[in-house]
Amino acid sequence: MRLAFVLSEIGSGLRRNLSMVISVILVTFVSLTFVGAAGMLQLQINQMKGYWYDKVQVAIFLCSDGSTAPGCATGPATPEQEDNLRKLLQSPAVAQYVNDFQYESKDDAYKHFKEQFSNSPIVDSVTPDQLPASFRINMKDPEKYEIISETFSSQAGVETVIDQRQLLERLFSAMNAASLVAVSIAGVMIICAILLIATTIRLSAFSRRRETGIMRLVGASKMVIQLPFILEGVIAAVIGAALASGTLWAVAHFFLGEVLSKQYPDTAFISPGQTLMLAPALIGLGVVLAGISSLLTLRRYLRV
Amino acid sequence: MIRFENVTKVYDQKARPALDSINLEIDRGEFAFLVGASGSGKSTFLRLVLKEDRASSGAVYVAGQNVANISSWRVPRLRRGIGVVFQDFRLLPQKTVFANVAFAMQVIGKSRSVIRDTVPEVLKTVGLEGKENRLPHELSGGEQQRVAIARAVVNRPGILLADEPTGNLDPTTSMGIMGVLDKINQNGTTVVMATHDDDIVNEMRKRVVELKNGVVIRDEARALYTSMIPVVGQSRRLRDASGRDEPPAASPRAETRAEARGLRTAGEGQA
Repeated sequence: MRLAFVLSEIGSGLRRNLSMVISVILVTFVSLTFVGAAGMLQLQINQMKGYWYDKVQVAIFLCSDGSTAPGCATGPATPEQEDNLRKLLQSPAVAQYVNDFQYESKDDAYKHFKEQFSNSPIVDSVTPDQLPASFRINMKDPEKYEIISETFSSQAGVETVIDQRQLLERLFSAMNAASLVAVSIAGVMIICAILLIATTIRLSAFSRRRETGIMRLVGASKMVIQLPFILEGVIAAVIGAALASGTLWAVAHFFLGEVLSKQYPDTAFISPGQTLMLAPALIGLGVVLAGISSLLTLRRYLRV
Repeated sequence: MIRFENVTKVYDQKARPALDSINLEIDRGEFAFLVGASGSGKSTFLRLVLKEDRASSGAVYVAGQNVANISSWRVPRLRRGIGVVFQDFRLLPQKTVFANVAFAMQVIGKSRSVIRDTVPEVLKTVGLEGKENRLPHELSGGEQQRVAIARAVVNRPGILLADEPTGNLDPTTSMGIMGVLDKINQNGTTVVMATHDDDIVNEMRKRVVELKNGVVIRDEARALYTSMIPVVGQSRRLRDASGRDEPPAASPRAETRAEARGLRTAGEGQA
């Protein structure tokens, strides 16, 4: 009975305040879309970092079947060449700059490649043979990349030496800047959303002051009086959050999935499914925003 | 049922207190009129009983319980034991008579079947059978007040507070309302009614508590609206009670009546 009563109160409140409720939905929708966009950028950065990014700085790729580099004139790197390189890495001259290194075989390379490009059609056309084996080196001082590069580039069986960080750092800093901008916009929009929810609840409380006055007098509990107002704000915010999650999914599905991944087939993009993992966080954020701002408003404008 | 012990209520430190060391006891099942000019402290008295305000000092007991000791989340339970009726009815305009009364039961979680049984019974008590489906604007003022009374008593409170319930009604209709309140009182409910309506008070011959400037200046059983105590005596009592700044009135009796009549219209706006 009480539940049915609270529900009918919520329904009438939402109807009476429809225009305000719609504006709350839209503002939370926009603000949470920005929050979600920042989240998506971070997910995308993680996706592009791949398996090795956070573990090592420098990669020494060994010659494979298709290599054309001058060091690969003798064909794919032989086990002896690999042993030589390993010894060189352990020699005191090099070891003083190296924290740690790992050998990635063709099979390992294929496994990591599959993980990183799981959302991309490219994964089906690649076989382990096409991927080079490599040494992945964790530097004591990443700035000393040149030393490794000079030492190993000319070695037999080495195709190329790459400083992974330099390759991606620029892109990542741009993406981080973009997510910072998104978060700042989201911050401003969230302030708007909080104020708007507060105003909406206030209007709603004002338009129903007769009812609440009577409820107070006949001894309705604080919860029965306040819950409809709080839930009104929360419902509007949840709808906004759901719309934001839907938008993010659509961006991942149609823009990243259909457009960008075709233009840049060698880049790993996040999947629409991954953006949906942001949805619970967005909805939770919406609920918290609405709940807190309506509680604060009611404390001032709906005395019980 | 209601007991005030040395209760003082100060709204503004600079002004005189709204209630000044009030001692008063209203027994279970009693019917008491609260009379006095606007600003004499009647509404403050009712607000303190409902714990809408806290007494500045002294203790207010309702049904044996000191309301100061009732925690805020238990206040609703206190209010369930008290029905309230106002001068301006305060009905919900878009709800029918039945729904208005049922509302008071819905919000405290009574089941549908209990509501279906109780509401018609209460409407019958206040003389509104057959008008369940009317909207408030389709009713006369007296009928609207009956709906308000039905709503106030539908949860069977031990106390009914009425704040000038007949202030908007003509004398005949007022007497009808008084009949309803009397009937409710006969059923064991304590009724406290603040009023300016001398005809009603004189007709009913119940206990009369008169307030002036926050002080009880008269408390008589089976009394009239104005005091039956001789003029000279009352004049001194008035002066003593208010303590100071009370100009000696040439004829306090005439003054009180005139004041009451004058404020009867003035008070209507601020019930």
